[in-house]
Amino acid sequence: MGIQTPNGFKLHNSGKRIVIDPVTRIEGRMRVEVNLDANNVIRNAVSTGTMWRGIEVILKDRDPRDAWAFTERICGVCTGTHALTSVRAVENALGITIPENANSIRNLMQLALQVHDHVVHFYHLHALDWVDVVSALSADPRATSTLAQSISNWPLSSPGYFKDLQTRLKKFVESGQLGPFKNGYWGSKAYKLPPEANLMAVAHYLEALDFQKEIVKIHTIFGGKNPHPNWLVGGVPCPINVDGTGAVGAINMERLNLISSIIDHLTEFNEQVYLPDVAAIGSFYKDWLYGGGLSGKSVLAYGDVPEHANDYSSRNLKLPRGSIINGNLSEVFPVDHANPDEIQEFVVHSWYKYPDETKGLHPWDGVTEPNYVLGPKAKGTKTAIEQLDESGKYSWIKAPRWRGHAMEVGPLARWVVGYAQNKAEFKDPVDKFLKDLDLPLSALFSTLGRTAARALESVWAGRQMRYFQDKLVANIKAGDSSTANVDKWKPESWPKEAKGFGFTEAPRGALAHWIKIKQTKIDNYQCVVPTTWNGSPRDPKGNIGAFEASLMDTPMVNPEQPLEILRTIHSFDPCLACATHVMSPDGQELATVKVR
Amino acid sequence: MPTSSTDRILVLGIGNILWADDGFGVRAVEEFHRRYVVSDNVTILDGGTQGLYLVSYLEEADRLIVFDAIDYGLEPGELKLVRDEEVPRFTGAKKMSLHQTGFQEVISAADLLGRCPKHLALIGCQPRDLDDWGGPLTKPVSDQIGPAIELVCAILAEWGATASPRSKPLLESERLLTNDIDHQHYEMRMRPV
Repeated sequence: MGIQTPNGFKLHNSGKRIVIDPVTRIEGRMRVEVNLDANNVIRNAVSTGTMWRGIEVILKDRDPRDAWAFTERICGVCTGTHALTSVRAVENALGITIPENANSIRNLMQLALQVHDHVVHFYHLHALDWVDVVSALSADPRATSTLAQSISNWPLSSPGYFKDLQTRLKKFVESGQLGPFKNGYWGSKAYKLPPEANLMAVAHYLEALDFQKEIVKIHTIFGGKNPHPNWLVGGVPCPINVDGTGAVGAINMERLNLISSIIDHLTEFNEQVYLPDVAAIGSFYKDWLYGGGLSGKSVLAYGDVPEHANDYSSRNLKLPRGSIINGNLSEVFPVDHANPDEIQEFVVHSWYKYPDETKGLHPWDGVTEPNYVLGPKAKGTKTAIEQLDESGKYSWIKAPRWRGHAMEVGPLARWVVGYAQNKAEFKDPVDKFLKDLDLPLSALFSTLGRTAARALESVWAGRQMRYFQDKLVANIKAGDSSTANVDKWKPESWPKEAKGFGFTEAPRGALAHWIKIKQTKIDNYQCVVPTTWNGSPRDPKGNIGAFEASLMDTPMVNPEQPLEILRTIHSFDPCLACATHVMSPDGQELATVKVR
Repeated sequence: MPTSSTDRILVLGIGNILWADDGFGVRAVEEFHRRYVVSDNVTILDGGTQGLYLVSYLEEADRLIVFDAIDYGLEPGELKLVRDEEVPRFTGAKKMSLHQTGFQEVISAADLLGRCPKHLALIGCQPRDLDDWGGPLTKPVSDQIGPAIELVCAILAEWGATASPRSKPLLESERLLTNDIDHQHYEMRMRPV
């Protein structure tokens, strides 16, 4: 018996049920259950995740100026983005403006995080869904060199280089400790690259591992320290002293030059390694264009990277802002975080309790009261669920909706919005990428499209970094060294009650925090994170979320090796915060797959 | 064991301070840093839940000491020291870190780059409660911060590095964790969840 969802999917929950728990190589923990038809095609998808239970519990009654330090701890990879979102929320609530230099520096930090996260995500969390490491051992280093030189000018491409690398890899694999390569279905027919492409990709895996640490130096310089950089309501905490030499914490020319050289380096890596790799891998997967899900139907982007300080309107944001619904790319709707009718969270299928669960709540009025009950058809027990019942409550993730629509957020959503807005800097690279692979626009709405959008965005972000670095230096040279506005630092200067919101585009998608301040302390604080949008369960109307939608109609080569599911879920770069509370003590390294 | 005072040593605390006992590793390095001054070749780092992002810090170290909440299947609060080749062997049998990425992946990534610290020491504490969002360290676990610090001092001494008690108290602004997330302030204002 099929169920038609309002957002256009036909679900059949008969047939074999596959359970994958946990989905590995993501930040946090999630579980996916799918039903397969007789041809092993996915006809129903259920994704469930763990999420923190509302930061308000921890932040209530604390100083709003410290909120960033707490939100920075929510997640292991979005640290800086959460902090930025938090200081923006407080500034929005209290009407605090920041200096131009602070805006440029924040953009540089945010863009550096985008590049860092995209590179690490692609090479270290996602590439192994496309690349067979073990096959790389049988590659011909000479042919690998020819391949590498045919797609890029990157200098590390000699036969000797690939030969050495292969020897190293062989030693590593033979020692029995596959290490980071443990979580793979090596040898699966779902892998389509020839051994040489696999070897090239593994080489770049290692280069990226080596290179990613350069990028984060930018956070250390501007944030004073890493891995948990400092942030400041009203600006940035680093003073500028161009004539200084090595003064602790101050930004001088020497440090600005270092940042400049890092930007050059990351741009080279993006353009000569990352993007060509994605295109090369894509060329072998052109007939695997599954995973589009909501990306061609309903996407949401908040926008980010303000050109000028203190203006968060669409026209001032360099990353696109807007929403698209029902697949109509000719209309991009404005988004308003303060409108109670736009962004709402539902819990009818989430393990929380609302007074009236047919309605959603705007985050300013959000509540997070746990209610862990399984649906009547669930199998197993509360502590050992064998099979979820998606007709009841089945996830710790709430279901945010924009005007009632389930939305996909993330790099692909941003690029689809930018494309629909006809902005050349988004449209042209997409068109070129597709043309080079001889693919139509519809191919963009796929797992591969999501992965490509992230690579294109990394290139874009690198160029924006150059722009803001130059802007910052020019402004400093013109005599403006201001980095913080402390006019309203003192709580005595604040109104008795205030509320505000802050938003960013985190690497994995639209992120916003909503804050209410009462008598200078935090009264309510709600975060709606990208993975809440993408990983959301069904809503009262039965709309399925982005993860679930993306798995629909995908054929599986071998249900015992759910490579296709991992590939698509990973393409979202999911981040389920730190979910240690349900991590099994024996936490399986490889996903457990149960076929029922 | 040969020691050399020029070996670079990393003292790393990992875990999430927002999840009760999972914060043990971070709280232990925080307190160690508050109480002791270390020789120049020693770096004390709050690694949080950064996973793979910590590889670069490992690469720069010849020797590594890690504090973490580890499920050894022991009594809550029991401390256990695991060293060198035992560290990966231990992780092979049971997931060492309770964090998503798994600290063993960080170690093997450094290994793959050929720059893994030569000597590893893991000071693990058996957690009691990892389920209390926003909660404090439980008593059996917080009671082990002192003994864990004694252990790190002993290991550093064995490695030819020094850790001496601070002659005057560390300023609040110079602590490893600031902005109200330092151990005392974080828990002082904690309400039951």
